[in-house]
Amino acid sequence: MLEIKNLHVNVEGKEILKGIDLSIKTGEVHAIMGPNGSGKSTLAQVLAGRSEYQVTKGEVIFDGKNLLKLSPEDRAREGIFLAFQYPVEIPGVSNVNLLKTAINEIRKYNGEEELDAMEFMAHLKKKMKLVEMDQSLLSRSVNDGFSGGEKKKNEILQMAVLEPRLAILDETDSGLDIDALRIVANGVNKLKSPERSTIVVTHYQRLLNYIVPDFVHVLYNGRIVKSGTKELALELEAKGYDWLKEQKEFA
Amino acid sequence: MSSPLDIKNWYIKSFESFESSLNGESSMPFHLVRKEAIEKFSQLSFPTTHDEDWRFTNIAPLLKYNFEPSSKVNAAFHQIKNYIFEISKKNVLVFINGYFSHELSKIERSKDGIILDSLSNQLENGSQVVNRHLGKYAKHSEQIFTALSTAFTRDGAFVYVPDNKIIEEPIQILFITSTGGKNILSQPRNLYVTGKNAQVSIVERYLSLDEGIYFTNVVTEIYAGENSTIDHIKLQEENLNAFHISRTEVDQEKGSSFNSYSFSFGGEIARHDINTRFNDEGGESSLNGLFLLTGNQLYDTHSLIDHAKPNCTSHEKYKGILDDTSHGVFNGKVIVRRDAQKTNAFQENKNIILSNGALINTKPQLEIFADDVKCSHGATIGQLDADAMFYLKSRGIGEENAKSILIHAFASDVIRTIKIEEVKKYLEEVLVKRFNK
Ligand SMILES: Nc1ncnc2c1ncn2[C@@H]1O[C@H](COP(=O)(O)OP(=O)(O)O)[C@@H](O)[C@H]1O
Ligand SMILES: [Mg+2]
Repeated sequence: MLEIKNLHVNVEGKEILKGIDLSIKTGEVHAIMGPNGSGKSTLAQVLAGRSEYQVTKGEVIFDGKNLLKLSPEDRAREGIFLAFQYPVEIPGVSNVNLLKTAINEIRKYNGEEELDAMEFMAHLKKKMKLVEMDQSLLSRSVNDGFSGGEKKKNEILQMAVLEPRLAILDETDSGLDIDALRIVANGVNKLKSPERSTIVVTHYQRLLNYIVPDFVHVLYNGRIVKSGTKELALELEAKGYDWLKEQKEFA
Repeated sequence: MSSPLDIKNWYIKSFESFESSLNGESSMPFHLVRKEAIEKFSQLSFPTTHDEDWRFTNIAPLLKYNFEPSSKVNAAFHQIKNYIFEISKKNVLVFINGYFSHELSKIERSKDGIILDSLSNQLENGSQVVNRHLGKYAKHSEQIFTALSTAFTRDGAFVYVPDNKIIEEPIQILFITSTGGKNILSQPRNLYVTGKNAQVSIVERYLSLDEGIYFTNVVTEIYAGENSTIDHIKLQEENLNAFHISRTEVDQEKGSSFNSYSFSFGGEIARHDINTRFNDEGGESSLNGLFLLTGNQLYDTHSLIDHAKPNCTSHEKYKGILDDTSHGVFNGKVIVRRDAQKTNAFQENKNIILSNGALINTKPQLEIFADDVKCSHGATIGQLDADAMFYLKSRGIGEENAKSILIHAFASDVIRTIKIEEVKKYLEEVLVKRFNK
């Protein structure tokens, strides 16, 4: 489904990603772990199409298409969804309006009928239950004045509503209490299917107790320095990231 | 092509024929005021960009035309009916080229001392209220366009709400221009007066039935009696070839509230001067504005809030959205005079520039001479928030739609202040249409 080959990315002239290779098959869950500043969010944002991040080398193929050629909106319409590490507050735009516009643009792009108000609300209600989200947040402005937990839940709600084929969760677990964490994980797990894949970016093992990954990769200093199965996450949890510094040379 | 001097002479000449068209009316006391005003007009000069108050607003294009003071014409109801909001079909005053149209207006019989009428009718009847207030707030000695308005004062909207009366339904006043291919000067002169504890809401719309080049020069005087509440909604929707110069002058008595909502979309060159003055304590005023500019439009708001007395509160919020090579000017002045203690005055002007060619000159000004006051002001100029833009796109929302959503969000807090649902909805539609290319 997703093939990242030798991806190099610059931000403001500085190389942040220094040759990433990653292959994700349909239905798989991959976790990307690594200390702060290693480039996890950069990778996530590049996949979503943020233009400030400049790809200097390499390619990304999504379902046979050159992803890097697509606009951010077309990537979303093709089925990519990024749950932001720092969801953006947009005063004056209601959550409902955003979701309805988004889902219908995506449907239109894929040659599907747009949902009318009733159909949309029915769809939305179902998904709200999934993330145990308070009704009142719907009419509020997008993330405006939301608590940290509410923002993360809102990302998961959007994901649930838009039903992407590849979801990238960028530290969706950070700042969540255990209940919120369970809800978020539950949302992700409910969406899991043989047709969908997930990239879970986190720097704690905690979330991976709930969302069990097929593969775990360690991103360090712009490179994937180690890949393995879910046991690798436990190892990281036990040893911390410091031991990677010695391993770096072998990567 | 005329020079500013020729054009002045042109209007002075036009006054002679205007005067002779007045017949009996020229023997009324108000005619002395007109004569005084034309005299003043002849002494004043049209502003240039050397005048501080017009520094960024070059009206030279307006002075190229010999605009002809309009005379009474008719329009058919079907031409105007779409401009009437559903909310208040009972109180609709329609003016064509500045003249009241009996046939097109609908006034639920003025009763309980409430008067909705044409100014000309009131002038003819020697109305006491008119004599007491007309020309008292918008002084013709100060400004050439006011002098021009006063000299040619013939008609306009008159609203009087006596003590303790409340008009529940908003009053709609349409100022419609029908040029008939001529360069028309239309000069409605409006006067709204409330008594103690009275309440009224007035919606004005300025628009045109054709694409002709014309000039609307409107002066509106508003007197808010003690503890009265006036909502004044002005929609400037002139055609894009028109010139619109307007002055709203407000005098507020003790404990009164005045709420202005000024929306400006039209005109090649448009200017709105809005000045409010607290004559006594406990007054509140809020000035809200939104201007949407595209193409080559120029729009200028100058506001002055005069805190002459203590314990008054003013809120001013103007927002501008500018595209293409349009040009906006905002100059908001708040004066807090020496004995105006316990003043609250908040002012902000925020602008979004959608293209490199657009320009805004903004200048909030606070002049505070009292010491126990709460005041703030600020102005911002920016583009659409790039993070928000990316966020929307990352949800599958395309460039145009995302842009329109963010513009809408930016403007919505001004639109939301309007209490009339239908007007709110209408403005939202205007917004969507305007920036969806
Ligand atoms: N917009 C940006 N401008 C400048 N530097 C950035 C920007 N985004 C990320 N960086 C830098 O790139 C590096 C990787 O950041 P990031 O991808 O956010 O790491 P992580 O998500 O793994 O914590 C850091 O050194 C960070 O300072
Ligand atoms: Mg990060």
